[in-house]
Amino acid sequence: MVTEKNKHNEIVKAESKNLNFFYADGTQALKKINLPVYENKITALIGPSGCGKSTFLRSFNRMHDLYPGNKYEGEIILYPDNTNILDKKVDPIEVRMRISMVFQKPNPFPKSIFENVAYGLRVRGENNKRILDDKVEEALKGASLWNEVKDRLQDLAFNLSGGQQQRLCIARALATEPEIMLFDEPTSALDPIATVNIEELMSELKKKLSILIVTHNMQQAARISDYTAYMYLGELVEHDDTNKIFTNPSKKETEDYITGKFG
Amino acid sequence: MSEPIISARLSKDFQRNIMERFIEFALLCSAAFAVFITSAIVYVLVSEAIPFFQHVSIYEFLTDTVWTPNYSIKHYGILPLISGTLTTTFIALLVAVPLGTITAIYLSEFASHKVRETVKPILELLVGVPTVVFGYFALMLVTPLLQKIYPDLTTFNMLGPGIVMGVMIVPYIASLAEDSMRAVPMAMREGAYAMGATRFQTSVRVITPAAISGIVAAYILAISRAVGETMIVAIAAGQQPNFTFNPVESAATITSYIVSVALGDLEHGGIGYQSIFAAGLTLLVMTLLLNILGHMTRKKFAERY
Amino acid sequence: MAVNQKKPSALKDLNLIRTMIRQHKRNDLIFAGLGMFVIASLTITLIILFLDLVLDGYPKFTLDFFSNFPSRRAARAGILSAWVGSSLVLIVTFIVAVPLGIAAGIYLEEYSKKGWLSDIIEINVSNLAGVPSIIYGLLALGLFVYSFGLGQSILTAGLTLALLMLPIVIVSTREAIRAIPVQIREAAYAVGATKWQVVLNHVVQYSYGGILTGVIIGMARAIGETAPLITIGALTFIAFLPPSPVTIDPPFINLDWLNAGFTVLPIQMFNWISRPQHAFHINAAATGAVIIILTVLMNGVAIKLRYNIRKKIKW
Repeated sequence: MVTEKNKHNEIVKAESKNLNFFYADGTQALKKINLPVYENKITALIGPSGCGKSTFLRSFNRMHDLYPGNKYEGEIILYPDNTNILDKKVDPIEVRMRISMVFQKPNPFPKSIFENVAYGLRVRGENNKRILDDKVEEALKGASLWNEVKDRLQDLAFNLSGGQQQRLCIARALATEPEIMLFDEPTSALDPIATVNIEELMSELKKKLSILIVTHNMQQAARISDYTAYMYLGELVEHDDTNKIFTNPSKKETEDYITGKFG
Repeated sequence: MSEPIISARLSKDFQRNIMERFIEFALLCSAAFAVFITSAIVYVLVSEAIPFFQHVSIYEFLTDTVWTPNYSIKHYGILPLISGTLTTTFIALLVAVPLGTITAIYLSEFASHKVRETVKPILELLVGVPTVVFGYFALMLVTPLLQKIYPDLTTFNMLGPGIVMGVMIVPYIASLAEDSMRAVPMAMREGAYAMGATRFQTSVRVITPAAISGIVAAYILAISRAVGETMIVAIAAGQQPNFTFNPVESAATITSYIVSVALGDLEHGGIGYQSIFAAGLTLLVMTLLLNILGHMTRKKFAERY
Repeated sequence: MAVNQKKPSALKDLNLIRTMIRQHKRNDLIFAGLGMFVIASLTITLIILFLDLVLDGYPKFTLDFFSNFPSRRAARAGILSAWVGSSLVLIVTFIVAVPLGIAAGIYLEEYSKKGWLSDIIEINVSNLAGVPSIIYGLLALGLFVYSFGLGQSILTAGLTLALLMLPIVIVSTREAIRAIPVQIREAAYAVGATKWQVVLNHVVQYSYGGILTGVIIGMARAIGETAPLITIGALTFIAFLPPSPVTIDPPFINLDWLNAGFTVLPIQMFNWISRPQHAFHINAAATGAVIIILTVLMNGVAIKLRYNIRKKIKW
């Protein structure tokens, strides 16, 4: 087993190596991306719309496999077992069981709150009521939703508010104890108070797992992330400590974007 | 932090994949069944019609004006059946095109949301009325009414069933044409209203021309319906082939001929048996051409917006 | 002054315009009136049609009418064999068309990839919906009755109506599935579900109501369908019942009824309409009332169901 570390002695949880991505129509959305995701840290991806940050994020749990014609080149290595999760021989379903995702718009299933959280466990074949109860409770607590819903677990998830729905989606992703959690602009559809709740939750979650988040809100990236990567036109322009990126970026393009001269 | 998972677990789960593939294949077979039905229709009609056309030349079939395959003096001209089909269809269109178009314009441009939500279910109920009931209606109610206006009208005639068939296809035209009109972008309406046009002017001068191919497609598909309609004409138009376009006379259509033969004793493989397949093939070709034309027109419309 | 001199003519123009607008608005009113008149006429037609059947058939609304076989004497004739026949035929239709139609709809929406195969299937499905019902009767006559040797049986009739119903079920399944947003599927995939798990646990469950609507509408159509069944040579005079599907002895299920001769409600009605005697027309009207009550009820339930779904689920 290889354990890679960076200069701060932090463990690399996953790493993209020379990652290219092509959509079915032939457009290249990602160009030679090399980016590490550190364990128990939040890595934020920022950049203007269409820069490929969501495309990059969705490569991590092979979401692009759902649509025919999409093509990956290069590798995303998952540590500690050194698996290239983009390898054709690797089952995307197994990847998704290790790396979970929270989407831009809350997308709970039109089922009960309980069933939403339990679903990931059920697809793994877990049908023991007691285990499900425990894990659902644990996940809902982890997503700071337990106190609000513990008395109405059988209610339809649609009856929750937008912020609660998004925390439910986080609980759903959390229930299966993933190693990495992907967030695709998780607060863009939420009001400011719900946004603060989710941000606090993420800082709590990183104690247990690694987080990769796409955000178009630079303040959010500055507030919550440990590392920030700036992408532009499918390329990774700069990746560094969040502090460094926002105070003293080494590239002119990054500085222009951060200071609002562009984007 | 969960346990590190060994990469062996990441190798494909073959058993599950085989299940997934098997299910996909079963679903594909269900979908492909549609292709099987179409092929079977063509195969059955053609294979039964071939012996018929070995006996009867295509020329006679298309030009003879008498159709008596089940009489002692046999004639095999499809024209009387076609004239009956076209006449009843034409009467139906005279009723359905204006009523259907007015309903469509009204629902799309004039009616409030609430009115639309009330009227559409009524139209759907009208579509759901079985044609045998419409046939009863034509024979027992509409023809006697017409006889009060025009006393020479025979009990079996093409006018009554034609009118009833028209009422039957109004909902088809109304709903397809309304769909097309509502597909016209709002900006076009706003453009017309901004210049001071009224609702009626906007509907007639802007929306209807913009949606015209969609509306025409609705007419074509309605013609196809009328051509293939069976029970109304079988009940109320009489079942005697009659080469005429006069709506007050009785006549048989292609469909009602098939019904009249099927009601009698069918000798499997006889010329009477084969003749209904020849008639059916003619009907299939007519409706198929209309449907293709209708769908092409509709597609052309859909591509515009 | 120059300005004042122009005023009268401008005013005159404005008056002209106002007259014109009034005229145009009158056209609006006329057309709105015309539209309402047409729709009212259609509604009234539907009501008259219904009342006509009910009033004509009123004398026959007795229990005897439902428990008697058809008879040469109109007064004693009933629809026992017809409604039993309709029920049995519809059971076959339901069992065949519903699973097949849903499976085909699922394949076309969730599995099929763009290409010649899916194009061919698509064209065939939309084409089948436009084929006149009597053509299905000819297909059944050539294929089921003679090639497969199934005869003029309940099985043949059920299969024939199943072919007719199939496009309706496929189209409604596809529409219901298409309404489910892609985000829901992605959410399910993201926690590691397989394609079939996504379809079974999500797609089918959330489109259930829409599929049911299509099934009910299809069944309502099958109840009233007459021409294809006449074409396969269904008998119009049946004074016996098919063997019972359920027996008191093991294995409790008897499939002989599938091969039995039969008649159905609309054929019975057609048969009575064709008689010259007025007394039989009363029977026909009563049968028609039964058919139309059934179909209007089923369509009504389907429309209501669809309305409820639209109101309840907003993605």
